[in-house]
Amino acid sequence: MMDALLDIQDLKVCFHIPEGVVHAVNGISYKLNESETLAVVGESGCGKSVSMLSILGLIPLPPGEILDGKALYRGSNLLAMSEEQLEEIRGKEIAMVFQDPMTSLNPVLTIRRQVTEAFRTHIPMSQEQAETRAIELLDLVGIPDVPQRLREYPHQFSGGMRQRAMIAMALSCGPKLLIADEPTTALDVTIQAQIVELVMRMRDQMGMAVIWITHDLGVVAELADRVIVMYAGFMVEEADVHSLYQDPRHPYTIALLSALPRADRRRDRRLKSIPGAPPSLLVEPRGCPFARRCELVLERCWAENPPLDLCSPNHKIACWVDVKTGKPR
Amino acid sequence: MMAKETLVEVENLKKHFPITRGIIIQRTVGAVQAVDGISFNIFRGETLGLVGESGCGKTTAGRTILALYPVTEGTVKIDGMDVHNARKSDLLAIRCKAQMIFQDPFASLNPRWTVSAIVSEPLRVHKLYSNHQERSDAVKELLELVGLSPRLINRFPHEFSGGQRQRIGVARAVATEPCFLVCDEPISALDVSIQAQVVNLLEDLQDRLNLTYLFIAHDLSMVRHICDRVAVMYLGKIVELGSKDEIYEKPLHPYTVALLSAVPIPDPATSRKRKRIILEGDIPSPANPPAGCHFHTRCPRVFEPCDKEEPEWKDVGSGHYVACHLF
Repeated sequence: MMDALLDIQDLKVCFHIPEGVVHAVNGISYKLNESETLAVVGESGCGKSVSMLSILGLIPLPPGEILDGKALYRGSNLLAMSEEQLEEIRGKEIAMVFQDPMTSLNPVLTIRRQVTEAFRTHIPMSQEQAETRAIELLDLVGIPDVPQRLREYPHQFSGGMRQRAMIAMALSCGPKLLIADEPTTALDVTIQAQIVELVMRMRDQMGMAVIWITHDLGVVAELADRVIVMYAGFMVEEADVHSLYQDPRHPYTIALLSALPRADRRRDRRLKSIPGAPPSLLVEPRGCPFARRCELVLERCWAENPPLDLCSPNHKIACWVDVKTGKPR
Repeated sequence: MMAKETLVEVENLKKHFPITRGIIIQRTVGAVQAVDGISFNIFRGETLGLVGESGCGKTTAGRTILALYPVTEGTVKIDGMDVHNARKSDLLAIRCKAQMIFQDPFASLNPRWTVSAIVSEPLRVHKLYSNHQERSDAVKELLELVGLSPRLINRFPHEFSGGQRQRIGVARAVATEPCFLVCDEPISALDVSIQAQVVNLLEDLQDRLNLTYLFIAHDLSMVRHICDRVAVMYLGKIVELGSKDEIYEKPLHPYTVALLSAVPIPDPATSRKRKRIILEGDIPSPANPPAGCHFHTRCPRVFEPCDKEEPEWKDVGSGHYVACHLF
């Protein structure tokens, strides 16, 4: 069997704040293969971003604490690496694109300075070489009149252009894995479509793997091979994209999909809403995190957290109930 | 169905914000043409969706309709009363009938006020109840109406989740028993599982209180779900207006077509087969909009007259209007 590019095992992350302990990620495990596109979906506070940031050493410790787990990148554990070792991988092998392109670019440095910095840290080259490379990269991501725009500052770029510049920086060292953390959330739909198309084209050209973190089940349907659904710091469902949409098996995934209206269909019903709100992460998790909002809740759900296991080939859920019958699995 | 009665009439509405230069002596050097001549009617009991991308002027339009901004040109009539030329006492009466729900449930509630003070403020302003006890009872009733427990009356906004806060905002908006609500992106700050709750609440209230909504949003899927008719805005102008099924099934304006093709569909089987039109470039600046049709710089079907003449607002039948030289 082929070795996974990234293998996360039982990752647990918490944050110590004055009010107590925030249980942000409560033991997640998954594998990502080379050139695979994985989408991590969930609502705000479900731990989707924190899980990615923590494996790259990007959360402040303290208040953050990685309680347990491994994150094997091509066999070596990112969580056990020194800062120097991690720097070799971060930006070069694993690159990241963030949600808000305005706050992740430095407002007082030119685009040229920021784009060239991204690869000069990893590849020694002269000023001219760097400039040529920057022009190539920005051209590749579809920024018009690059030589002119290289001299500009981030505020002179529109939201979509900034995100393109961020993607150019992320791709500059030819990463094996691109982690995109809600890269289109701050953008309008027509610009979102441009960015999704760009990332998919780059992925196919460069053969890299992509982890796309989002709350938007519409975007996921367009680009993912496989999907992980997270809720309150737990993985609740993992499946290939077609099974997840055609045959969702976790009550939370089912509820989310039926809470979404469709632009391509006539209205046929009221939206099904999920009562209540996600649980507070300050409380030590006990039982299934979704139990309080679940229609099919059983006695057992309150006491024991269901493990993530196979319900059919390549399809895993963390649930005690068989949603088809409403009976225990 | 009964004959449609017009509740809100918007006629050639313009709102320009001046661009000034100089610190002491300020000179006006230009104008952001946020809303640049829009006209439409809203019928009693219906939901009109106003959609478009950020910066297209949809929020400004909503606020100008309620006279939260003074108008540059044009008229707005709500239930027959001219909003921008009303005397102060009349304006108060209009405000009683027309209320607003804001986008950000975190910024639109005063963090130092209790729920009771927030929801009863419009009652106090409009002097709707004579004493404290009656007002307090009314607030409790309103909280129940929006699905919150009346026991929470003395809590502060930070003790509520985003969805609950939006319910408080809704309770405040319906407190004066208005007939018209401008909902400015009421759900875009909320998570998916909470969005459906708030949308269903708005629909229930519409039925129970016979409300008319102007629903401003950029989420085109939700707009199709909740609205009866849809107006599409681009750079300060309405480019197309029609019943929702007409707009979503037979869009005419190239911008509407592109916008709809970019909406993600939560179903891989459909969304991967679909032909998408990816628009080039960004929205031009509303301070310096392109001549002729504002969309011609990005339009995939641009032809000869587009950069010179502004397209007319044409009726293409069955209440479907479009502003494009192709039709």
